[in-house]
Amino acid sequence: MSKIIEIENLTKTFGKVVGVDDISLSVEQGEFVTLLGPSGCGKSTLLRMIGGFEEPTSGRILLDGQDVTHVPPSKRAVNMVFQDYALFPHLSVGKNVGYGLRVAGMPRREVREKALEALALVGLEDRFDAAPHMLSGGQRQRVALARAIVRRPKVLLLDEPLSALDANLREQMQVELKALHTKMGLTFILVTHDQTEALTMSDRIVVMRGGKIVQMGSPVDLYERPATSYVAGFIGSTNQFRSVVATGPTGPQVQCFGQPISAPAGVAPGQEALFGFRPEKALVQFGEEGGGPDTLRGSVADILYHGQSVRLMIDLGAGEVLVDLPMSGSDGMPQVGDAVSLRVGADKIMVLADEVAA
Amino acid sequence: MNGALRLKRALVLSPPLLWTFLFMFVPYAILLVYSFWQQKYPTFVPAFQFGNYVQIFTDPQYFRVILRTLKIAFFVSLGAALVAYPYAYFLVFRVRKPGLRLMLYMAVVAPLWVSYLLRAYTWKTILGTTGILNSFLMSTGILSEPSSVFLYNQTAMIVTLIYVFIPFMVMPIYAVLEKIPHSLKEASADLGVGRVRTFLSVTLPLSIPGIVAGFTMTFCLTFGDFIAPFLVGGPDGQMIANVIASQFGASLNWPLGAALALVMLMIVLSIITVSDKFERLGQGRFA
Repeated sequence: MSKIIEIENLTKTFGKVVGVDDISLSVEQGEFVTLLGPSGCGKSTLLRMIGGFEEPTSGRILLDGQDVTHVPPSKRAVNMVFQDYALFPHLSVGKNVGYGLRVAGMPRREVREKALEALALVGLEDRFDAAPHMLSGGQRQRVALARAIVRRPKVLLLDEPLSALDANLREQMQVELKALHTKMGLTFILVTHDQTEALTMSDRIVVMRGGKIVQMGSPVDLYERPATSYVAGFIGSTNQFRSVVATGPTGPQVQCFGQPISAPAGVAPGQEALFGFRPEKALVQFGEEGGGPDTLRGSVADILYHGQSVRLMIDLGAGEVLVDLPMSGSDGMPQVGDAVSLRVGADKIMVLADEVAA
Repeated sequence: MNGALRLKRALVLSPPLLWTFLFMFVPYAILLVYSFWQQKYPTFVPAFQFGNYVQIFTDPQYFRVILRTLKIAFFVSLGAALVAYPYAYFLVFRVRKPGLRLMLYMAVVAPLWVSYLLRAYTWKTILGTTGILNSFLMSTGILSEPSSVFLYNQTAMIVTLIYVFIPFMVMPIYAVLEKIPHSLKEASADLGVGRVRTFLSVTLPLSIPGIVAGFTMTFCLTFGDFIAPFLVGGPDGQMIANVIASQFGASLNWPLGAALALVMLMIVLSIITVSDKFERLGQGRFA
């Protein structure tokens, strides 16, 4: 695979505010990369610099080996799907999609063919003559997508493209975007603050905070092995606790809110660190006796019903943790106050690096 | 609907309705009645005949005045649009500081608070033989003695009226340009289109409703103007409103004046109707 985008030490400041802080990143041809982070983390600014809408303060952007740092957007082989779709309200759907081609001087008939082809990819070829304001939000989103891919850009940039859609439609569009990516083999760079979106669609997620990259990796990497408590908290939920590793009867141990469990690999006795485990990784057993090694004992403090599972808040005495209990049907609903034991194996515990001040 | 609510509604609505009725419909009705009366020197008598209307459409002097008025109104609107559009564009897209933008916007709108007569009169002093223009041309040596060609002609009227009515052109164009989302220009650039083509293909078409609104207002205001011809117009500067004024004044031919006023009203109403249709076409775009 070849690198389609190489970003070298890119920085963007707005007056005294640093939007993007010395970021280096490369994207492979055909990759689906997601820039994930809360608002103000610099993800949109980074995307807009790749698109040419913001001039970097310093650093370089290479597109397919060519330095495009100071090339205007109209001369870059990348296209953007805007957050508000930015469809031209005075042009029909077909004219919107064909706009760039037409202005570039392509014959009318060919423009029509290409526009129809792009609209067919998003399932809207029958709305060629419709006005944008007559379409639903989801359809507008698709037109914006068709318009951005009609010129076969080297990279497709998507700026929070699904944020304006309702939950059902968003899920459906996630599937469609992913399918489109596979079908076209284009490179996608998506910006979102929605971790589910990032996990579902991406080949690689770049987690950003304060203009810097905190961690990047595949969705599985980031979920199973978050590097910091920030990443662990931003992608999924994590029960986090700080403890000094001690030597117990069966090996190194950590204290999870006052209760000892086996320490994970990679930490040595005497070391203090931040640990965490995911709510769905704990094995939940009801009743007073359950137990054995690596078991936390507590009682149900609160119950959040999610349909396919319930999330329980367990009071451990010195603190509370969240666990997920799949609703397989046979068990019946737990009650607040039920005694419960949680088995958390050493392999389920993650060691989280301390946060660099951001 | 219960009685109390009905009463409240009637109380709220009756003053404006009464006002409109008394000061719009009644006067128009009176004009309509007068327009069928007949002139009988030295005054006029009640009648029901169409002679006044026949006179307007057959006597070329009235027709000529109406045409001239339309022509002047057109050039004033065109001139105002050509000056106002770049100005509004500059304010919306080039001036970055909101404070400065507001100041420059107010610079255009503020003269509306000054008496119309005063603003029109200003041009008399600018264009006159002892005016600024002549002094300037003489001090630069272009002219050796003051010239009177600048004042008392149709050009002077057009210039004056453009100045007087330009706020009505700047305001709607500014409003419509301001509403165009920035992302549309970015999207255009993103699709490989340069600045000039983006202006022609995106910004200009989307600002047409503002131009139409400004054009309509400027046109109608000019069409009914009778001060500028009076102050800076020459012998060929009579506009329809001046003719009407003289029918009600010196000529003492109220019936003809009333008929002319109604013809003028019809022209203005049809312009507004056409422009309204046009604007409706553009509605719903930003929905």
